[in-house]
Amino acid sequence: MSSFSITAPSGRVKWIAGTLVIFYALITMIPLVWIAITGFKSPADAIAYPPKYIAGSDSDAGFTPTLEGYVNLFTTRTRQTQEYLEANPPETWADEIVRQYDMVIVGPSKFGERFLNSVIIGFGSTFLSVFLGTLAAYAFSRFKIPLADDLLFFILSTRMMPPIAVAIPIFLMYRQLGLSDTHLGMILLYSGVNISLAVWLLKSFIDGIPTEYEEAALIDGYTRFQAFIKVVLPQAATGIASTAIFCLIFSWNEYAFAVLLTTANAQTAPPFIPTIIGVGGLDWPAIAAGVTIFLLPVMIFTVLLRKHLLRGITFGAVRK
Amino acid sequence: MAEVALRNVTKAFGDTVAVNDVSMTIEDGAFVVLLGPTGAGKTTTLRLISGLESLDAGSIHIGGRDVGADTPAQRDVAMVFQQYSLYPHMSVRDNLAFPLRSPILRTPEDVIDRKIRQIAEVLQIPHKLDNKATELSGGEMQRVSIGRALVRDPQIYLMDEPLSSLDAKLRADLRVELKRIHADLGSTLLYVTHDQIEAMTMATHVGVLESGRLVQYGTPKEIYENPVSVYVASRLGLPRINILPADLFPGAHRGAQIGLRPENIRQGEGIEARVLRAEHLGDQTRLHLEVRGHGITTLTDPHRDYGQSETIRISPHNPLYFDASGARVL
Repeated sequence: MSSFSITAPSGRVKWIAGTLVIFYALITMIPLVWIAITGFKSPADAIAYPPKYIAGSDSDAGFTPTLEGYVNLFTTRTRQTQEYLEANPPETWADEIVRQYDMVIVGPSKFGERFLNSVIIGFGSTFLSVFLGTLAAYAFSRFKIPLADDLLFFILSTRMMPPIAVAIPIFLMYRQLGLSDTHLGMILLYSGVNISLAVWLLKSFIDGIPTEYEEAALIDGYTRFQAFIKVVLPQAATGIASTAIFCLIFSWNEYAFAVLLTTANAQTAPPFIPTIIGVGGLDWPAIAAGVTIFLLPVMIFTVLLRKHLLRGITFGAVRK
Repeated sequence: MAEVALRNVTKAFGDTVAVNDVSMTIEDGAFVVLLGPTGAGKTTTLRLISGLESLDAGSIHIGGRDVGADTPAQRDVAMVFQQYSLYPHMSVRDNLAFPLRSPILRTPEDVIDRKIRQIAEVLQIPHKLDNKATELSGGEMQRVSIGRALVRDPQIYLMDEPLSSLDAKLRADLRVELKRIHADLGSTLLYVTHDQIEAMTMATHVGVLESGRLVQYGTPKEIYENPVSVYVASRLGLPRINILPADLFPGAHRGAQIGLRPENIRQGEGIEARVLRAEHLGDQTRLHLEVRGHGITTLTDPHRDYGQSETIRISPHNPLYFDASGARVL
């Protein structure tokens, strides 16, 4: 007789639950896998019907993998005459790829810059929101602040309408202030949107840290600020990590304000990727390659912090 | 180590006066125990001395210096909290080293290492030094937090029911250990408890708090033998003192209420008392009696058995007298 528990799930229930979860995970993975595969197709294979999805196969569903999409994503190319092409043999593997369209590489594309803009603005605004949010949340959690509840409600109320609803006033203000198409402008804007989330999430985390720890540190000879750094921050790490992920996901993926307020200098990757034009239409493999690279940082960031995120999803309700 | 003097100390939280006009002097090297039930103001008194709460009125002097405006760090006090005080993200060793590494002490690492090893021996935790604080049992955690205070050499040690979460054996061990540390180091200690055994065994002085007021301050013997009120008398002695109407017993009485500890009850003569039940505790037997509707608890010969509804005779012997309001009548 095996032992029987009324609370622990039985083996059969676990098996069914596991199968459902794996099935669901596979379905949600399809778009991601499709994007990753498309990045390695030729433009013709990318729009072929019936679709081709088995790399290196000779069957009808097979396609030959190529780095064309990635080369097109990172380079600018021009068409040349046969005489020029014959006089200048291809120097690198990338040159050879573009030769099949009678083209030569004349320089890098804007993608690198746009991607770097996304990194600066995304991580910059995440840092700023979490930094200010942590300080504000600590103050709200620990000190007697006049009208604290009203202030917290005000902070929350900044999220009560979609941010894009104030797009036109922000557009006009940014033009007057000279913040249009600047990194600083975008960092401030995304931080403004994220900071209410950061304050509320972090306050609930810090509320969950007993004040006895800080009091012990105060008596052990530390100032309040030192106690905050040495005792409160390490214990709030879980909350800070999960808040940072939420902030980064928003500012990394934001599209509407990026289209409206950035054109060149501070343009992020989301408005740039759809404008990649190929020969005679959209260059789907290059777009897919751009999307694949664009997805990686958030995925890596989330995977690195997943331990904190899983614990953080309880929002400080359950400690330890 | 230093003398700590409280003068007319008062602290209120909203409408509740937690500490009300308390004055007392904790002499250099004294082991003072504050006794009182929950809400009497014991913990608030500790927090006022440590600087975690600010004074509403009165003054606190540590070593002759007014510390009213000082931060906890500047007051140079060590405190053991009732719970929750180990830093969960640090190892036991780092917890113990934390006060020594503070910007105020800045102890060299080799001195820290020696002190930690010494304290770990005393608290029987040398094998746990490299564990994380969260991997300890409740008793071990509390020993480490006592250790975190003991590694320092502060003006005064403040302890807020440090033994209440420990099991009986460990509590007895640490009681002896604290007493020994006090005797060896000559430290000044202010210790909060509601456990009268801790008060009687460790204290050089006992302060009894009632609703924020210090109602009596003296040696444990004084408090036990000469309580100023029914309230103070009820704090010490097991089983508790029996408070009865004095006219229950024949003869002349000095007060309306008579207070009888087990040693004040002579068995064999006097008025009739019905035995409700006898509790055999091994080394002693507790006898629950009833006299005309009043319950009395006393001690008796552990080897004697009592039958159901048996009656015995009892009479007072050197009792304490109190007036109707509970104040002592001499």
